[in-house]
Amino acid sequence: MSADRFHTIVTTVENKPGVLARVAGLFSRRGFNIESLAVAPTDDDKFSRITFTVDVESAPLEQVVKQLNKLINVVEIRELSPDQAISRELMLVTVSVDADNRKELMAVVEDWQAYVLSENPTQIMLSFSARTERLNEFEEILRPFGIAEIQRTGRVALPSLD
Amino acid sequence: MSDNQKMSGGEALVKSLEHEGVDVIFGYPGGAILPVYDPIIDSSIRHILVRHEQGAGHMAEGYAHATGEPGVAMVTSGPGATNIVTPLADAFLDSVPMVCITGQVPFDAIGTDAFQECDTTGITMAITKHNMLVTDAQDIPRAIHEAFHIATTGRPGPVLVDIPKDIVDPTNPRSAMNWYKATDADMELPGYSPNMEGDRELIRQAAELIRDAERPVLYVGGGILKARAAEALMALAEMVQIPVVTTLMARGAFPDSHDLCLGMPGMHGNYTAVTAMQKSDLLISLGARFDDRVTGKLDGFAPTAKIIHVDIDPAELGKVRQYNIGIQGDCRLVIEGLVTAIRELGGPAVQADRSVWRSTVSGWQENFPLTYVQSLPGDKLKPQFVIEQLRDNNPSDTIVASGVGQHQMYASQWWEFNHPYTWVNSGGLGTMGFSIPAAIGAKVGKPDSRVWAIDGDGCFQMTAQELVTATVEKIPIKVALLNNSYLGMVRQWQEMFYEERYSEVYLQERMPDYVKWSEAMGCHAIRVESPEEVAPAIEEANEINDRPVVVEFVTDAGENVFPMVPSGKSNSELVVDPSQQHLLEGGPS
Repeated sequence: MSADRFHTIVTTVENKPGVLARVAGLFSRRGFNIESLAVAPTDDDKFSRITFTVDVESAPLEQVVKQLNKLINVVEIRELSPDQAISRELMLVTVSVDADNRKELMAVVEDWQAYVLSENPTQIMLSFSARTERLNEFEEILRPFGIAEIQRTGRVALPSLD
Repeated sequence: MSDNQKMSGGEALVKSLEHEGVDVIFGYPGGAILPVYDPIIDSSIRHILVRHEQGAGHMAEGYAHATGEPGVAMVTSGPGATNIVTPLADAFLDSVPMVCITGQVPFDAIGTDAFQECDTTGITMAITKHNMLVTDAQDIPRAIHEAFHIATTGRPGPVLVDIPKDIVDPTNPRSAMNWYKATDADMELPGYSPNMEGDRELIRQAAELIRDAERPVLYVGGGILKARAAEALMALAEMVQIPVVTTLMARGAFPDSHDLCLGMPGMHGNYTAVTAMQKSDLLISLGARFDDRVTGKLDGFAPTAKIIHVDIDPAELGKVRQYNIGIQGDCRLVIEGLVTAIRELGGPAVQADRSVWRSTVSGWQENFPLTYVQSLPGDKLKPQFVIEQLRDNNPSDTIVASGVGQHQMYASQWWEFNHPYTWVNSGGLGTMGFSIPAAIGAKVGKPDSRVWAIDGDGCFQMTAQELVTATVEKIPIKVALLNNSYLGMVRQWQEMFYEERYSEVYLQERMPDYVKWSEAMGCHAIRVESPEEVAPAIEEANEINDRPVVVEFVTDAGENVFPMVPSGKSNSELVVDPSQQHLLEGGPS
């Protein structure tokens, strides 16, 4: 799976009921695959931002953008190719530990610059934010400890400044 | 903005419709929409009470097709809304401007599975250009203005406005509002501003491609009619002498009687229109969308043609067929730009030599005209003959509204369309039962025009109840019912592709009795069974203008629509009428 398959589309939409359903419905009925999706308010409460990662092998990116543009509530669309985007994703993960490997896990946490959010004798909850690929790597490193629960946000992105 | 006149949301809704210039609403009342029906009594707007909400939707579409003005339908919540889903989908696929008002349960009851509640905006999201749930009475004038703006600008389409009962019910404090006449300045549509002008540089490049093309074809679709571009198209075609094919949605956009007109392309297009596109070196697509019924198998479609694609909807450019030049813009403005650009490049004098192309095309026209074999005395009528007689016994500006199936294809093939906005049909969705309500809507919009519905017996049984509406409301349409006792198009496919295994397509002869049924609905009714009765029956129908007329023509069920491109096949594998098949031996010339 090449990373170039996935392009990021950042849309500004009107903050109205049903807008997410319109966007999601459009993707499903036109056969576009969404890899990840993140919705959040913007600094203007009239608008929200929906950031998707789409698989451009499922549909030409141009069609995805043009069809999105036809939705009346979609105000602005920016498409970011992988080399133009600074993207981040957040992971919350609860890892199982015991007295033997606790120290080992804490070394990983320090090494990867993750944060401990909560802990008890048998589990530690971490947060980690980075590029999606780094999250995948981090997940693999944690797996041997035992992942009790994990949630990822889907990526958000802005254009890079250079 | 506020005129400080207090009124209820219901009154404001009706007043807003008046303000938008609405002269007729096709509708059906019910619980949730009741408060809006009270002020209608005092309104200048004519309300036409339909017999089924689907009828209201198709009437609104027929009205819009014939007049170019948005059609308006109003129904209640729940089943009222679901019954109008089909017309909304139909209007969406054929880009018909339409505004549909639906009642909704009171705002606080939404989401509680209340009586006659359904998620109308959720259900219709995928089949409307836009829809909205209004939650505040004060927003009603603005929402209605936005709905009309969206429905009629850019690529036209249906817009649905869902209105909870409490904001229109004068006994509910939530319905109180201060009246204002909404204008464009009130609209809150930051994500909507359709671009009309085509890119000048692209237009210039297109003019060059046209100049150099030796086998060009103008491929025109329904967008020509939506853009009121028929005159501009005529100027372009005549200036460069390029033949024109008119798709099912564009019949009448360029006159069939014109030397340059090749008629309809596609699955049941005529040989010349289909083959000219196949052999073309340049297709100039104007307001058409490369629909599968036009292209046949896509990778075999017009294999040698470069493409100029003009459409108001940017998403159509490159959606199906990759273009060489794609111009987003209003068809009329872009065509006018093309005419100017062609003139600047040297006009007709510098066009490539197309004499070989012209003689090739006229050779096809000579060898492969539409044809059928007239029935023998005593045999059932040929449907093509009936359409020919209708054509020859009516003025050429008669509006024809058809249903969907064989009769629709016969009508499109055998009628001669010489005026824009005289052909009303369901192209994209292919909605059986379209013709009678659509004809009624067209007649309401164009009361001085003669309106014939051309219908099949399967279609007739789906929406015939609207003839009661036509009788009661004194809308004297005429219906030519081509009755072959079969679902003819499905029967044809079963004959050709399912080894003549006829499954569930026989509707029973003389069942129902269409004459009695029509008379029971207040129509004048005539049954015609032999060729010599056809013209007199049409004449009789044309003399009656105080009520609807139904003429039942009993036609030959064995007749099939030719030419035909079998589904999934390339357009080069067109099957012509059996009497012409021998001319194709050795392949198309």
